[in-house]
This record gives sequence, C-alpha cells and structure tokens, in this order.
Amino acid sequence: MTRRRAALLVRIAVLAGLVLLLEICCRTGIIDPLTVIPPSDMVASMIEHVSSGDLDESITQTFSTIAIAFVLAIGLGTLGGALLHRWSRLRDIVDPLLASYYSVPTFIFYPLLVALLGLSKAPLVVLGVLSATPAVMISMLSGLDGVSPVLLKLARVQRLSPARTLWWIVLPEALPRLFSGFKLALSYALIGVIAGEFILSGTGLGYSISFAYQSFDNRGMYGLMLFVLLVAVIANGILYVWEGRLARRRSAG
Amino acid sequence: MSTDAGGGPSHVTLNRVVRNYEGPPVVYALGPIDLEIRRGEFFSVVGPSGCGKSTLLDVLCGLVRPTSGSVRFEGKELHGEVPEGVGVVFQEDSSMRWLTVRQNVAFGLRTSNLPQKEIAERVDHAIRFMGLVQFAGHYPAQLSGGMRQRVCIARTLVLQPRLILLDEPFAALDQQTRLLMGDELLRLWRETGATVVLITHALDEAAMLSDRVGVMSARPGCFIDMVETGWPRQRDSRIVSDQNFGALTARLWSSLREESLKTMGRVA
Repeated sequence: MTRRRAALLVRIAVLAGLVLLLEICCRTGIIDPLTVIPPSDMVASMIEHVSSGDLDESITQTFSTIAIAFVLAIGLGTLGGALLHRWSRLRDIVDPLLASYYSVPTFIFYPLLVALLGLSKAPLVVLGVLSATPAVMISMLSGLDGVSPVLLKLARVQRLSPARTLWWIVLPEALPRLFSGFKLALSYALIGVIAGEFILSGTGLGYSISFAYQSFDNRGMYGLMLFVLLVAVIANGILYVWEGRLARRRSAG
Repeated sequence: MSTDAGGGPSHVTLNRVVRNYEGPPVVYALGPIDLEIRRGEFFSVVGPSGCGKSTLLDVLCGLVRPTSGSVRFEGKELHGEVPEGVGVVFQEDSSMRWLTVRQNVAFGLRTSNLPQKEIAERVDHAIRFMGLVQFAGHYPAQLSGGMRQRVCIARTLVLQPRLILLDEPFAALDQQTRLLMGDELLRLWRETGATVVLITHALDEAAMLSDRVGVMSARPGCFIDMVETGWPRQRDSRIVSDQNFGALTARLWSSLREESLKTMGRVA
C-alpha cells in the first residue's frame, strides 16, 4: 500500500470514528438531541428534503448563484492579477490591501448592494464575487511571479505574440498556483452566497437553513446543513483530484 | 588577432558592438566587439565568469539590442527582435512541464503554416534524431536533465534553423554525458549544415567541438584571442585523444588564465 493511500485510509477512518462517536453520544443522551441530532438522522433528513422536491428551487437558486460568482471571480481575479503583475507601481499600492482584505466582513455591504442592485440574485452574486476574487488575484500574482524567465525568453525566440505567450506559456506554467486560488475561490464563493442568504436573503438554501433554525426544526436544519457540506466537499474533491493529476504530471519521478 | 570569418562567406556580423546596462552604476558588459561568423561554421566562445558571454548570445540572436554598433544576420540588421531562421538552446531547462516530449518538440511549429503531415514528419525526425522515441509520451519531470536538454535541442531542431545558438547547454550534465551530447551536437551540425555558436565555460568542450574558438576578456567582454582548431568536419569526442588537443586547450587556458584571475580580483 502506498503512503498516500495509507494516509487516505487513516483520514477516512478518523472521520468515520468521529461520526460514530457523535452517533453514540446523541443516541445515549450524552449530547442533548435538541442541540444536535444523530448523524444517521441528519442523513435521513437530507434525503427526505432533497428527494421531496420542495427544495428544488432553492437548490437551483443557490448553486447557480455560487457558479456565477465563482466563474466571475475566476475571470476578474485572473485579469486583475495579470494587470497588477504588469503594473508594479499599482501592485505596490494594492498588495497591502489584498493581504488584509479578508479582515473585512464583506457581508456588511449587503444592504448597500440591495439598495444598488435591487432584491434579486445580483447582490448575492456580488457578495460571492467580493469574497472569492482576491483569492484568485493573489494566486494569479503568485503564479505569474513563479514563471521561469527562460520560458519568457523562449517565447521571444519563438516570436510569439503577447497573447500567445500568455495563453501557451504563462497560464499553463502558472496553473498549479492558480488552481490553489480556484479551490479557495470556490469555498469563498460558497461561503459568501450561503452566508448572504442565511443572514439577509429571503430565498435559497442559506435562507432555508436559517428558516429551519428559527422554526426550531433541528432535523430539517441539520439535513440541509449536511447537504450543503456534501456538495462543497464533492466540488472541492473534484478540484483536488484534478489538481493532483496536474501536479503528478509535473513532478513525476 | 583576427575576428573575421577567414575563408567562407559571413553569416553573422558584429560591427563595433557595445552593450551597457543602465545603472547607477552603469555596467559595461560587452565590447566593443567586431566579429564575423562563417556560414556553416562551428564557433565557440569561452571566457571567465561574468565576462558577458550570455549577453553576447542575447545580442547575437536579437533578444537584446546593442547599446551601440550593429548586428547583421544574413545581411539584415537586427533591431531587438529574433529573426526567422535562428534557434536558441538555453542553459536553464526550458522544457514545458505541462507538455509531453512530443508536444514540447512540436511547440516550435505551433505558429507555422506548414501542413500537419509535414509538422508530424519534422517532429518524428527530431525525436528520432535526439534518441527520444521511447520517451515521446513522457513528461519532462519523468526525464533526466540530459534528456530534458535533448528535448530542448529537438524543439529547436524542428524549426530547421540556419543559425543555432547554444548557451552552455550541457552545464548541468556530468562529464560522460557531456561528451556524448557533444557527439550528438556535432552530428546535428554536420547533418543540418547550420551555423552553430556555442557559449561554454569548458575549454575542452570548446576545443573538441569547434572549428574556431573565441576567447573573451574579463568584463567588458572583448575577444582577446581567436583559435582555429583545424579539425576535420567528420569528428567526434574521440578527438580528445588527438595529439593536438592538449596543445589547443593549453593555448585557450593560457589566453584565459590572466582574465580569470582578474575576475577573481587578483593580478597575474
């Protein structure tokens, strides 16, 4: 068994053990069932809610908002990172702001966004974009900084245009670092949108979780939470596997 | 000391080339240099560390514009752009990690208007020529340093350049591999008929491979000696056992020793 596979098995075993422990604690009353329900009930609740079809609209609304925010963040972050890399003076100004960006609670802008953009999907998309874009920008900058000067020389020797140099050499070379930004961006977009819905919106999965919480519907709340968690883990897992394939290609011994 | 091409027609001409780097302080990197390289010649440049050998190569291929003077390739003056017909192999590994060996080799032809069939033929030939057939589907990370350098040479080869510039391409390789790579380079030179300019710090490598070796002074680099080796065109690494080989490397070292001491801050 490879070291990698062994680590994966240990990880799964630890997680399974913790879930089992929680199940036992809930079933035996060590943890008050009004506070946390057993994981098996969470799974049952999730299946009931998702298969009932009642949440179809919320699921579509939430995940389409996340997808739009994610794609926009990738586009804006990549472009912004490239521009900052190109203009070093601008970068000198923006760098400290980027570094401290995540200390700003972007949710406080939601009322302003609603006032500006109306009570629609747009404020949530903007919230997701605001959360996710800096991660892509930072990773783009880091990726561009890491492009080997000899490859840029090669591009000149091959007489490539700036666009082809970017597309054929710079972006593929920067991709592993960019990928780390993409993974973070997905997480931040998800957090931004769900939290926005949870706190301030009247629709979407975040709102449904909030509604269940305020109605003392613990079972519903945990079922929905588990569903969001599962989707986030699966989406990140796909990116993780993709990233792993890229990394193996570049570092295979 | 003569820096002209001697018998053959000139392929590359440097006329009073100077290259400085803006400061402060201003760095006087190169020149003034007058040089003519013959068409089909194997010309090597040796010199102490930091004497401007790589700057000379950048100027020769058009990557860097001279501060003053002119560079002509096939009669046309260069203006800070690499002309068609010039291929460069760098000292650093410039293989693209995200492409297979075959894709790396074919990269040079991505912008060409050649038919797909001809592209495939040229790539196949370059891969075969450099002994990479078994590794065509591998990624650079799966290859040794020497093989990655062969990929870079093959990528230059598919362009069928008339002038090949090599900047210490074997610097990271062990001695045996260097000798074998030298043989492959000589074979490449003979079969393509290209003009080859090799920048190297290894005197034996320069003496073994070249028709002519230019010895550069400490910075600002100028040619202080020009050595004709007189080797036949059909040669390989076994020439190191030739009785003249020792005399050649001794002459190169004798020209270079004082300059090397200067770069170390000592006087001969």
